Amino acid sequence: MLDIVLSVLIVIGAFFTLVGSLGLFKLRDFYMRLHGPTKASTLGVGAILVASALHFSFKTGDLSLHEVLVTLFLFITAPVSAHLMAKAALHIRVRQDKRTLNRSDKD
Amino acid sequence: MLKRWFPHPFLSLALWIIWLLLNNTLAFGHVLLGAALAMFIPWFTASFWQEKVVIRRPWLLAKFVAVVIYEIMVANVVVAKLILTKQDKLQPGFIQLPLDLTSPIAISLLANTISLTPGTVSCDLSEDQSYLLIHALHVEDMTATINEIKNHFEKPLKEIFN
Repeated sequence: MLDIVLSVLIVIGAFFTLVGSLGLFKLRDFYMRLHGPTKASTLGVGAILVASALHFSFKTGDLSLHEVLVTLFLFITAPVSAHLMAKAALHIRVRQDKRTLNRSDKD
Repeated sequence: MLKRWFPHPFLSLALWIIWLLLNNTLAFGHVLLGAALAMFIPWFTASFWQEKVVIRRPWLLAKFVAVVIYEIMVANVVVAKLILTKQDKLQPGFIQLPLDLTSPIAISLLANTISLTPGTVSCDLSEDQSYLLIHALHVEDMTATINEIKNHFEKPLKEIFN
């Protein structure tokens, strides 16, 4: 039973990481590609870490929670690096996809 | 007394919990060592913490974290679908989000949350801290997206920190 739950979690994690990488590879401009890694680092890594915590908690009999820390550190560092890259890209005017909506289009 | 020893109670508590999680143990020695670290690290780093972090309603913070985790899961599925099916029809856009928040910690938490939710990345904060520039992978209705972020994330943060 536990094995089934673990397998499902790992497959979910692998699937979202794959979609994230696919996005990173195939999307049209730098800003859109930035969305790939933020996806992969949330649900993708999250599901795999939950699987890891469950596996080691049941295997050793002790609660294994340091996976929570990996999630915490990822959740702090991933958005900061994405923010810095986006800010730097805006600053040096990296090419935008021509369909990109800007705030000036709205007014 | 307690205030003098732990000038930043939340930071101390977080450090203590992180130390115990890092070592993955509740052994007495580590509980003590962690407590000592939780006391000394805020002292050494006091100059980085110029403003006091005030969390007015901790239980709302817990609720906020739960909402964010739920939103992350929903958005993950939505964005995965977008990437797999509508890749060529995506309509990316920059969104200007007017901020009601004033505390720097609340703003950085909001920016972090926006970046963590798939489909949106916060790119820049205006000089006067009144606008957050967000890049969205697929915008159907700009006002709707802005309202969604404001209602789901900004409102609770405002209640917690202001």
